[in-house]
Amino acid sequence: MLRTKQKRTEQAADLRLQSQIGEEERFGDLMRRMARENKTAVISFFVIILMVLAAALAPLLTPYEENGMDLLHRLSAPSTEHLLGTDEGGRDVLTRLLFGARVSLLIGVVPALLSLILGAVLGAIAGYRGGIADAVIMRIADVMLAFPSMLLAMVIMYALGGGILNVFLTLTLVNWANVARVVRAQTLKLRSSEFVEAAQIIGVSRNRIMRRHILPNCLPTLLVLFTLNIPASILTESSLSFLGLGIQPPNASWGLMINTGRQYLYNTPWLCFAPGAAIMLTMLAFNFLGNGLLDVLDPRMQKQ
Amino acid sequence: MRKNLTQRLLQAVIVLAGVTLLIFVMLRIVPGNPIETMMGEHADAATVARMTAELGLDQPLYIQFFRYISSAVRGDFGTSYSLGKPVSQLMGSAFVNTLILAVFAALFAWIVGIACGICSAMKKNRLPDRLFMGFSLLGISLPVFMAAMFLQYIFAFQLKWVPISGTDSWAGFILPAIALGWNSAGQVAQMTRTTLLETLQEDYIDTARAKGRGPLGVLIHHAFRNAMLPVLTMMTVQFSGLLSGAVITETVFSINGIGRLMVQAISGRDIPLLQGTALLATTVVILGSLLADSLYSVLDPRIRKEG
Repeated sequence: MLRTKQKRTEQAADLRLQSQIGEEERFGDLMRRMARENKTAVISFFVIILMVLAAALAPLLTPYEENGMDLLHRLSAPSTEHLLGTDEGGRDVLTRLLFGARVSLLIGVVPALLSLILGAVLGAIAGYRGGIADAVIMRIADVMLAFPSMLLAMVIMYALGGGILNVFLTLTLVNWANVARVVRAQTLKLRSSEFVEAAQIIGVSRNRIMRRHILPNCLPTLLVLFTLNIPASILTESSLSFLGLGIQPPNASWGLMINTGRQYLYNTPWLCFAPGAAIMLTMLAFNFLGNGLLDVLDPRMQKQ
Repeated sequence: MRKNLTQRLLQAVIVLAGVTLLIFVMLRIVPGNPIETMMGEHADAATVARMTAELGLDQPLYIQFFRYISSAVRGDFGTSYSLGKPVSQLMGSAFVNTLILAVFAALFAWIVGIACGICSAMKKNRLPDRLFMGFSLLGISLPVFMAAMFLQYIFAFQLKWVPISGTDSWAGFILPAIALGWNSAGQVAQMTRTTLLETLQEDYIDTARAKGRGPLGVLIHHAFRNAMLPVLTMMTVQFSGLLSGAVITETVFSINGIGRLMVQAISGRDIPLLQGTALLATTVVILGSLLADSLYSVLDPRIRKEG
């Protein structure tokens, strides 16, 4: 079952490495346990693998070209030749969907990873150093979090202009603050833990403590945040592209396909609903997988 | 409690100042002179220079910023480049539409969400529960633009029950409000179910049952009130989400609200309008979160004592 973002973030902030609660469980064992206990997460995992494969092998899976125009067969209904019909330029919708998956998945993964790195580093610095660094970083994060995410993304996209690199940058700037807040909270807890104190006493440098002790212990949290940030990024990008502010043609993301298909909504609804269904499926799969990881990594769930 | 509130108020003012600065700086790093963009290719250099000076755009950034702030607190957000009207006037009429839309959406989300959540919790793991939770799952994972277009296609185009777009009549608000509230309804339903089930495990519920209260009485008088607290805090997050979604909903249904104004400002490269609308929307979110926080501490005696 899906939980609200707020609740999941709180739960993710409480994750610890298994070693800290006594019993050591290797990552492989954890994944096996998830496979046994959470069928939805496993199915989601395979759906994601399938989607990545379909995107990677797109040219082999379809006889049509991504931008292959065929003006004699514009806006044709789904048929055996074109399983999902054709768009306003006579291009095969299924083919565009497969190629669009490349862009949309990339847009899910890259900003999620970048915002994770930025947020983790800044959050760890804020939590471990404290003082002025903490105050400055967290006030900036507060300001970022005060914006409705879509509005912030729109303003940044306006300033930067369209294009895929700017979409990466924008989504990173929108998402890092939440990661930083979670990592900071966890760092504060870890800082007062016994093994960090022990390391301090034997004279390990601050940077080394941060690299070797604090950040590795935040890994389970970061893994969950990463999985959950992917659908969030895909959603924001598709909303931006829907408004014409994201990816620019001839690149095709699912959001952009919906944007161009919207003019033909009443006569050829599949132009909008096919990429829409793809977005939904992707978001569901990543959300389920994220929740599965959250449950399997959460020590409180283990005891039950 | 009072100290807590002042602290929060102060924090909100600081965040608001930060937000203003951020928007201001971001919109100034756009390459190109906005006057040239506004007047097109054929403007002569002298006119561009005169207009630039007139609007104060040749001043250093910090002077421009303080000028902007001092007129903004007096309600003057400058004049829209593309529409030629004062930004405050444009925002005033648009804000009313967005507010009506948001209130309807919130009402839909709360009534449907809480009702579904209660039904689910009462029939835990049975058919109604699965049905309602399936629906809420659909609500959460359906992007706003998909919900909007789906509703528009079925109810306005195929069934012709309501107008396709525009807000000439109240009926025009029905679909946009449902599209916008859909997502929140799913979240409210999930949250209501979870917290209600947790609350029903508490000892005082057993006491109430032992006193001979019926299941409905226990649910409404004892469990519901306490279970609603976390649902209430969710309001903050949702309100911000509603404003984000309003941009999309207003575009799909052609409602002249803040969100659509923002999209217009972007396509018209209209900096004063974009600045004003972004600032207004963010201010509303900050105030909303402040309100939710203080409401929470009023309603929950445990927090009231701590503060």
